Amino acid sequence: MALLETRGLTAFYGDFQALFGVDLTLAEGETVAVIGANGAGKTTLMRSIAGVIRQALGMVRFDGREIGAMAPDEIMALGIAMVPEGRKLFPSLSVEENLLMGAHRRKVAGPWRLETVYDLFPILKERRGQPGTALSGGQQQMVSIGRALMSNPRVLLCDEISLGLAPVVIRDIYAAFPRIRETGASIVVVEQDIGQALKVADRVHCMMEGRVTLSGRPEELSREAIHDAYFGAAA
Amino acid sequence: MIWVDTVLQGVLLGGLYALFALGLSLVFGIMRLVNLAHGDLIVFAAYLILMLVTLLGLGPFVAALIALPIMFGLGWALQRVVLNRVLGTDILPPLLVTFGLSVVLQNALLEGFSADSRRIPAGWLETASLPVGPISLGVMPLLTFLSAIGVTLALQFIFYRTSLGRAFRATSDDPVTASLMGVKPASVFAQATGIAMVVVTIAALYLGTRANFDPTTGPARLIYAFEAVIIGGLGSLWGTLAGGVIIGVAQTVGAQINPEWQILAGHVAFLAVLLVRPRGLFPRAFD
Ligand SMILES: Nc1ncnc2c1ncn2[C@@H]1O[C@H](COP(=O)(O)OP(=O)(O)O)[C@@H](O)[C@H]1O
Ligand SMILES: [Mg+2]
Repeated sequence: MALLETRGLTAFYGDFQALFGVDLTLAEGETVAVIGANGAGKTTLMRSIAGVIRQALGMVRFDGREIGAMAPDEIMALGIAMVPEGRKLFPSLSVEENLLMGAHRRKVAGPWRLETVYDLFPILKERRGQPGTALSGGQQQMVSIGRALMSNPRVLLCDEISLGLAPVVIRDIYAAFPRIRETGASIVVVEQDIGQALKVADRVHCMMEGRVTLSGRPEELSREAIHDAYFGAAA
Repeated sequence: MIWVDTVLQGVLLGGLYALFALGLSLVFGIMRLVNLAHGDLIVFAAYLILMLVTLLGLGPFVAALIALPIMFGLGWALQRVVLNRVLGTDILPPLLVTFGLSVVLQNALLEGFSADSRRIPAGWLETASLPVGPISLGVMPLLTFLSAIGVTLALQFIFYRTSLGRAFRATSDDPVTASLMGVKPASVFAQATGIAMVVVTIAALYLGTRANFDPTTGPARLIYAFEAVIIGGLGSLWGTLAGGVIIGVAQTVGAQINPEWQILAGHVAFLAVLLVRPRGLFPRAFD
């Protein structure tokens, strides 16, 4: 049975419909990538799962439980943590305080605590007392990932962690993913960087204009199929 | 010597203004809410203490101690039931609601206690004073000032050394991301207003024992509080304390020159600081 599942998920901003019946499953321990161009609805999908956009009953299930209508803080307490698009560090908080915010509500024993996050991203330990916003983009992204890990989540949602970062920095950050996976966390990575997504994921969903247009294992998907699903067949 | 005395009295008076202002500063810093009923809530708390003193025969300090949790609860409920509903990107609804609350409070107090001015009896403390060299400082003004420093230290500790304070700052930065960390902004805000009402109660104790008050005293206290918060820089607690002291000193110095200038001198000092530093003395880096 899937750990996390959306069924026929729809989402609206006012009258504008951003998602049209998205089905997504995530098994225990699995990493799923969601790729798609700007405006495809990836962030809306993440925010719907995390509860920032409230859903009707029956659209999102987590661990056998209906979570669509729950508030974000309740969903996080159940074990779904988000690395939001744009990193979203708290500017008034130091690096360490940002990390501690991750465990503000959900305090469960597990592999992740300050020391192990500092092991994963040693530079953060050097910078622990500085404001999060004094760091480089890549380091900020490490704080954002570490902050989400601090709750020892069962599901980690990562929204475009490579956005605006140099290729070497992206590589460094993705180098941490095998260690995160080893701890048993299930992961959803949202990416525009298709190459990176295909490398880390067990399965890939491609979105376009609020719909999933292609799904499969990375090795099954041809470049053409991805291109069509990403930009539309006519492009 | 007279000027040293004048300035010292002004500093101590500034402690009272800081106490008026610290609750306002706290709430504004966390939720960008300007509570126009803040002064009336201080007067309300003063009547609450007065009632505990007269009905139960308690001393003013014991009465204030009992009033503290009551006011915390009222503040918590006010935020939960009323203010959380009107907080949003539009700053007008909370202004209107707290203005309405101010009018309601004043009228309710007028109904309940009449327009007569009252005072919380503090016995021998009212006139007690400590000689400091050639100058004599009133014990109540000294206690007021020490309380203002104590409250600032306590708030500073909560803000920067506790997980509640971390949640305050995170929610103030970005409530949506804070909720992704498991923070419930509605509950954080309610706790903040509860704490602000604790400060309001301490302010009420000194307001009520040092001077007469009546149901319409609130708005004038609100003005001093506003000026102190703005002089200090929005969201800075030590700045608020400094702002209170500046107004206090300006008032006593003004009064020393000409007794009619007391109130005016405070407002002039406020304007002068704003002219030189439009964002206040200690503005926050992030807004
Ligand atoms: N807050 C919002 N209000 C209105 N429309 C929005 C809002 N956020 C996103 N949208 C629209 O919803 C669609 C999907 O956006 P989004 O989920 O952010 O896409 P992606 O993350 O794939 O780039 C886009 O057309 C975008 O313009
Ligand atoms: Mg996006």
